[in-house]
Amino acid sequence: MKKYLFWLLLLVATLNTSAQKYVLENGVIIFFSEAAIENIKAENVKTGSMLNTQTGDLAFSVPIREFQFEKKLMQEHFNEKYLESEKFPKSTFTGKMTGFDNTVKGIQQVKAGGKLTIHGVTTAVEISGTAEVQSNKIILKSKFMVKLADYNIKIPQLMWQNIAEQVEVTVDFTYKPQ
Amino acid sequence: MTMKKPALLFLFLILVQTLHGQDDLLAELEKQDSVENHYTFATFKGSHIINGQSVETRRKGELEFIFSHRFGLINGGAYTLWGLDESVTRLGLEYGLTDRFGVGVGRTSVDKTFDGYVRYKALRQKDNGVPVTITAMGTITYKTSPNEDDDPVVASQLTAQDRVAYVAQLMIARKFNTKLSFQLNPIYVHRNTVDQDVENNDDFALGFAGRYKITRSIALSAEYTLRLNEKENQPPGYERYDAVGFGIDIETGGHVFQLIFTNTLGMFERYTVTETFHNFFDGDIHFGFNISRSFQIAGKK
Repeated sequence: MKKYLFWLLLLVATLNTSAQKYVLENGVIIFFSEAAIENIKAENVKTGSMLNTQTGDLAFSVPIREFQFEKKLMQEHFNEKYLESEKFPKSTFTGKMTGFDNTVKGIQQVKAGGKLTIHGVTTAVEISGTAEVQSNKIILKSKFMVKLADYNIKIPQLMWQNIAEQVEVTVDFTYKPQ
Repeated sequence: MTMKKPALLFLFLILVQTLHGQDDLLAELEKQDSVENHYTFATFKGSHIINGQSVETRRKGELEFIFSHRFGLINGGAYTLWGLDESVTRLGLEYGLTDRFGVGVGRTSVDKTFDGYVRYKALRQKDNGVPVTITAMGTITYKTSPNEDDDPVVASQLTAQDRVAYVAQLMIARKFNTKLSFQLNPIYVHRNTVDQDVENNDDFALGFAGRYKITRSIALSAEYTLRLNEKENQPPGYERYDAVGFGIDIETGGHVFQLIFTNTLGMFERYTVTETFHNFFDGDIHFGFNISRSFQIAGKK
């Protein structure tokens, strides 16, 4: 019985130390739509994200309602009509980051492959970006395009000149150990 | 034997640990999230539901221009082109000083009336918790008609005070789901000067209004203003009725178009509540519209 306990304790100890989990210290997601009539930009600082450097597992969760627009009416339309945030309050990503070496200082190229869910639609994506290890912090940056049609986000014909078919998403996440 | 069991357990736990991986991370993340409790938004599309006001206020720095039109009676037939020959209009502006507090002015061709108001969203519905949004509104209207050219005798007898009416009202609304919203609207109207044989100085009414979205940009709406202290047995020509309205809201970007069928020409409460002299159920219906356009003129980051 004592041996049991020893093994269990050892196990718990190993699991804890092996979990190299990082949480978001501050993170900004910006989306930018460039269209004929006007450029639209919105910023979200209420994102949550976790990174496991041991396994490369990466997850983030973006509350749609927290995207801040310059024009509040636009923000309302974004939530009510396009992203339908009452039905789909969050966008999420789960996947694995590859090409990351915790021991390398400076900026390195990484990729994250996994499932991106927006507007209730999940697609497989691969996103390229950079990672930087700074003392005990990790900074992930990326810029990628999201095609609205892939996520069943419909733009009314009347509005096509105002809203681009694909929007640029910029991610800037700084992680600290959990 | 005693060694094998823990070893198995160990292997099992390792397996579980690896199997979890990414989904676990997301689950952990969701757990950390503070409880999401946002204010409900877009209970109604416009500042007006049909003739009456909605709980909605303009956002900070947003200026709304609202242009309303009511034509003649549809049952005027082909001779009046179903009422389109005549029309009355209201031009209005409303500005959001904060997200909850707005001021507005308007001018209606009916009685050549000016109106000014303040609107404050006192309580906001939340996803969890507060069940309703409550907005309070106070209005002053000033009737400039008749002037000395129209009717020198009457005009000389009317002081500025006589031409003034006040309105106080509450809008209490709940958005039940993304499509359905409902509003109760107690209204108090005080007119400084009336013909007391046939009219009250103080009138009370209870408005009921609802909207149902049929697509993400189009909604149907209905409104009924029940008068609570109407005078009975009015002489011919002084009958008054409850204002009724049905509408279709179409929203495109910064515009809201509201197509309206109603029995009142009032685009302000003094008229809607106390001076609606057509009976909707006799077919005395006006076609009309409200068009609003929003401009963000200040408060940009």
